[in-house]
Amino acid sequence: MSRIRVYIPKDAAALSVGADAVAAAIKNEAQKRAIPVEIIRTGSRGMLWLEPLVEVATARGRIAYGPITPDDVHSLFDADFLHGGAHERTHGHVEEMDWMKRQARVTFARVGVIAPTSLDDYRQHGGLKGLERAIARDGAAIVEDVRKSGLRGRGGAGFPVGIKWKTVLDAQADQKYIVCNADEGDSGTFADRMLMEGDPFLLIEGMIIAGLAVGATKGFIYIRSEYPHAFRTMCEAIAQAEISGVLGRSVLGDARGFALEARLGAGAYICGEETSLLESLEGKRGIVRAKPPLPALHGLFGKPTIVNNVLSFAAVPSIMADGPQAYADYGVDRSRGTLPFQIAGNIARGGLVELPFGATLRTLIEKFGAGTRSGRPIRAVQVGGPLGAYIPESQLDTPLDYEAFAAIGAMLGHGGVVVFDETVDMAKQARFAFDFCAKESCGKCTPCRIGAVRGVETIDRIVAGIDRDKNFVVLDDLNKLMLDASLCAMGGLTPMPVMSALRHFREDFNRAPQAQAAE
Amino acid sequence: MGAFDAQAAKAIIAEHAHLDGAMLPVLHALQHAFGYIDDACVPLIADALNLSRAEVHGTIAFYHDFRAAPAGRRIIKICRAEACQANGCEELLAELKSRRGLTADSASGDRLSIETVYCLGNCALGPAALVDGELVGRLTSDELARLCDGASVEQAQIAAGRKMTGETA
Ligand SMILES: Cc1cc2nc3c(=O)[nH]c(=O)nc-3n(C[C@H](O)[C@H](O)[C@H](O)COP(=O)(O)O)c2cc1C
Ligand code: SF4
Ligand code: FES
Repeated sequence: MSRIRVYIPKDAAALSVGADAVAAAIKNEAQKRAIPVEIIRTGSRGMLWLEPLVEVATARGRIAYGPITPDDVHSLFDADFLHGGAHERTHGHVEEMDWMKRQARVTFARVGVIAPTSLDDYRQHGGLKGLERAIARDGAAIVEDVRKSGLRGRGGAGFPVGIKWKTVLDAQADQKYIVCNADEGDSGTFADRMLMEGDPFLLIEGMIIAGLAVGATKGFIYIRSEYPHAFRTMCEAIAQAEISGVLGRSVLGDARGFALEARLGAGAYICGEETSLLESLEGKRGIVRAKPPLPALHGLFGKPTIVNNVLSFAAVPSIMADGPQAYADYGVDRSRGTLPFQIAGNIARGGLVELPFGATLRTLIEKFGAGTRSGRPIRAVQVGGPLGAYIPESQLDTPLDYEAFAAIGAMLGHGGVVVFDETVDMAKQARFAFDFCAKESCGKCTPCRIGAVRGVETIDRIVAGIDRDKNFVVLDDLNKLMLDASLCAMGGLTPMPVMSALRHFREDFNRAPQAQAAE
Repeated sequence: MGAFDAQAAKAIIAEHAHLDGAMLPVLHALQHAFGYIDDACVPLIADALNLSRAEVHGTIAFYHDFRAAPAGRRIIKICRAEACQANGCEELLAELKSRRGLTADSASGDRLSIETVYCLGNCALGPAALVDGELVGRLTSDELARLCDGASVEQAQIAAGRKMTGETA
């Protein structure tokens, strides 16, 4: 009798709600009933509200059950879930679920499907096709395809990837580097983590293609230390790729080689800023560098360097395999392709939803997210991490594209969407934005280092009812100063959440002061 | 994890010194071995990497991860970033203070350290914490208190899973 395949995520989010215990319980129960099963640990499909989500391979395809606890396992077996039997927690065929069908899974096509560190599985699901194509072409042709795809950097700033690569390609140097920014510090984001845990070879493939494109032979992945699971998976995948001749002296038998190392960050938000990251990789304090010179010309150890986000590299293999037009066909205007959005915070169905640019924020939150987890009305949504604006319910119909967000004084950033219900105190959130900046500033420039501290104090005075009119003016001046005079976007964008809170939620700053706050 | 030992520290440093930009790998390895970075490491690192002591010291101090003194046996890194705020992480901490008198980031005993972190990438299943390196989601006040008492992380994860079934029921 052949063994029935049961898929259970080992994604950190799934583990956080007991996926390991569920896997152990299923293994046990199968042994007890003498049924041969093969348990395959995968990444997560991104339906985080259904984790731990268990899937079974049946003649009809993969049938999903979730959320499952160890207590449910007995009843799952009784319901013959191993043959797709009906159970109160079944969702039927995964690919047929409405939530899945309405997405465009390009970058996340394999995440939750394959065994993450099995190179065979990766190949069987279309992996390495892009790399094989890239090997057969010259660097300029690869760069031109990336440019044509319209891919823009997914780390936050949205800079065209092809243009950056062209700069590095044209630079003359004895050594060039490829650096992946896997610092993913923005609250509300976890796409980089899920990709590294669920399909690490895709990132490796994208980085090798970048190396071939610009003539770089060495790469680093800088992973934040808050992601120990992603770090372990990446290290394991790199080791596999070395053994299999994908990485090393020769890439898939080609004359050119590529070496890759994963490195751990050390708990500093600013190290997500690319020049701070490079300083950190070099072994120094993460102090931001003045630009120019651009990292593309003077990057790691002073050499020409591509720094891109995880999702930027991960988009490249399919652009190579299917051609740039297939990617550019997704999206709108100057926002081409897809973005893996992350719906988080107070949300009923939180998770990862990959969509072409152009859908509205409301679609994301209401159709996919099913509203708040608390059941109370939505009051504010912060998009784009701690430096992103707070968006009121009245602007939820804004389309998800870079320019439409810029037009309302907001940004998409890395695609994180954090939902707050009506209980949120927006003066508190504005205060937190300054406080976070004060704690995480690299300290190089005064507007950020001192401005953020002044910002906290000023909001405290306003909330306490001290000289409110005067302090609102101080706050406006402070925001302008930080916007104009900060060296990097840490100080330069902290006013975004603050000003949006002031603009849309002024009443929260004007409440009658509480007795104890007025001391 | 062992007590600090200068000989062992030297060996750890030597093992990583050949790497490009060896500083962070060295510091992580030392902290992994001893639980913190003893002051006595500073001249050893400076020697091996050809840096001044001030440079080494400045680097250690810059990063939130590196501890100057041993942590508690149980380390709870609790997320206090926006998405977890939206799910009540500050209320959890307030209750922890009123129930147990424990606050985040205050001097820790040898039993327990509670540290603030900003985002663990579990923002859809918050409040989140990393407990002895393992991620826990949908944290409740009761589970947090139990974890502070040294309860098993796996049990906290299972309890979080039970909460999930309640939410989708
Ligand atoms: C304070 C700050 C934090 C940042 N954090 C990240 C991060 O965690 N991940 C990331 O990819 N980019 C981050 N960025 C953006 C990077 O500086 C840079 O634009 C990006 O790595 C370039 O890659 P991309 O073009 O592929 O997005 C941050 C920028 C700033 C100012
Ligand atoms: S804005 Fe802040 S983080 Fe950026 S360089 Fe200046 S002090 Fe450093
Ligand atoms: S905000 Fe708490 S895990 Fe991301």
